[in-house]
Amino acid sequence: MRNTFAEVLYDLAKDDPRIHIVVADISPAGSMGKFREEFPERFINVGVAEQAMIGICAGLALKGMRPFAYTIATFSLYRPFEMVRDDLGYQNLPVTVVGIGGGVIYSTLGGTHYAQEDIAIAGAIPNMSIIAPCDPVEATEATKWLVNREAGGPVYFRFGKAGEPTLTGPDSDPWEIGKLRYLRRGEDVAVLSYGVITKMASEVADALTEDGNSVSLAVCHTLKPLDTAGIADLLRRHKRVIVVEEHAPQGGLAPQTKQIAWDIRAECELHTFTLKDEFVHCYGSHEDILAAHGLSVERILATVRP
Amino acid sequence: MTATPGHNSFDPAASRQRCMRYRRRILDISQHVSALHAAGAFSCMELTDTCYHGLMRPDGQDTFLMSKGHGCMAQYVILEDRGVLDRKHLDEYCTAHGILGAHPDYGNPGIEASTGSLGHGMAMAVGMAVAERNKAGGAADAGAVYCVLSDGEVQEGSTWEAFMMGSTLGLTNLVALIDNNDFQSLGRTSETHPSFYPLDEKLEAFGWETATVNGHDAEAVYNAVTNRKGGKPFCLIGRTTKGKGVSYMENVPIWHYRSPNPEEYAQALAELKEIAS
Repeated sequence: MRNTFAEVLYDLAKDDPRIHIVVADISPAGSMGKFREEFPERFINVGVAEQAMIGICAGLALKGMRPFAYTIATFSLYRPFEMVRDDLGYQNLPVTVVGIGGGVIYSTLGGTHYAQEDIAIAGAIPNMSIIAPCDPVEATEATKWLVNREAGGPVYFRFGKAGEPTLTGPDSDPWEIGKLRYLRRGEDVAVLSYGVITKMASEVADALTEDGNSVSLAVCHTLKPLDTAGIADLLRRHKRVIVVEEHAPQGGLAPQTKQIAWDIRAECELHTFTLKDEFVHCYGSHEDILAAHGLSVERILATVRP
Repeated sequence: MTATPGHNSFDPAASRQRCMRYRRRILDISQHVSALHAAGAFSCMELTDTCYHGLMRPDGQDTFLMSKGHGCMAQYVILEDRGVLDRKHLDEYCTAHGILGAHPDYGNPGIEASTGSLGHGMAMAVGMAVAERNKAGGAADAGAVYCVLSDGEVQEGSTWEAFMMGSTLGLTNLVALIDNNDFQSLGRTSETHPSFYPLDEKLEAFGWETATVNGHDAEAVYNAVTNRKGGKPFCLIGRTTKGKGVSYMENVPIWHYRSPNPEEYAQALAELKEIAS
């Protein structure tokens, strides 16, 4: 996902001199290196200075540029939070704050490097949108949209790192900003997710299909503005809905889906799976940390199977 | 890049008259609102006037940023004088019907960025200077960015991050003007951090060219900026007095916020006229 983003941005930058990348001491992956070599005046490394990263992006945007602030999610959003809020949100500037490794992806680095509350934090800022692609294909679509949009405010762009599998395909609904998207459609059960953990959601959907259910798998790549109508429709059309989310229990997709379910008097069974409201103190693979938070295919199936 | 010569014909005597008139206008506004921030506006009055009427090119290609947002009254009265803000706007300052608050808001006429939460302006100025340079293809006449800071906000780490980037990026079109009035809310900045001064050595160590002058001497400010050697971002440190021009306001912290009562207002006007004459 990270390399795809860099490749797309590099290609677009050839014809769009507005594109600037401001990084905070992160090694330029893949095509980011080409961008740096070919457009050095548009590639700024602030070093370990994230407040300046956001402020400089604001200044660039105030002068008509399309800047991308780029570093690990905790440092792009948490460290310079007031700059994100005031410089970008309050001024409603078209700056993309890229958060690499959203959720608990940096599984060996510990809690300081987990962005497990990022959706709630970014979502609380007025004017701020949130996009979290589930695979490199969605990352490509989102990056193109971020560059080519004519107007709009800041976007928190949450994605993984490298090596995510492609989950979307030709049968998936087309990617459209702000719209829920079905990767496959069924009648009985819907599994709803976004971001890197969609892989786990997909495996849950597979298992439930093997059980004989007709299963939908939907992704909500735009967390804000949320496709309230799309989620309401999903809740109405299925008997059982399962939300799988790599985020704290507050402020993410799961509680918002519950809210919509209440508002529309939904009659479906609704199960939500999120990270715990805890800092887990363990290390291992991404899957290990998710499991420590109670997120695994087995646990989800054990709960949702009748 | 060599230092940019003065773009306007800058008349120091006219600047003195303007600044006294601006201070009186600020005092007028003070009589119908409680939030004023007059003292901080009075300290950066000449620095701001010199930017608008001397340093910035008249075609609008240069940018002014009031990073010390609570000094915005100084900017507002100049923008009013130049026809950018209507008299109505200033008369409605800090009222429910108005558009102008006690800190500058991006989107209002003549306001390039929202500031006032301290420590934000310098990094935005750096980003603006990069954008201007890139738009000009690196040409020496790229739009310049003039950023007025308070010495209090130079305590913010974010300001130093931005100073560091200004020199790293070689932004010769970036000019910071520090309103060094030696005051913050609680008292003197030099008492809060005795090791904070002198500022010029620290800025030079960060790769900036600096000059220190009397910040109420517009001619000295103008000459220092226009005669800079160039090749680096430039910081003018203006030694100023908080509440400059009104005896009972000068260096008295309460006037960071307070508006004068009618008697104080009359005295202030009289003192300002006396100085102007």
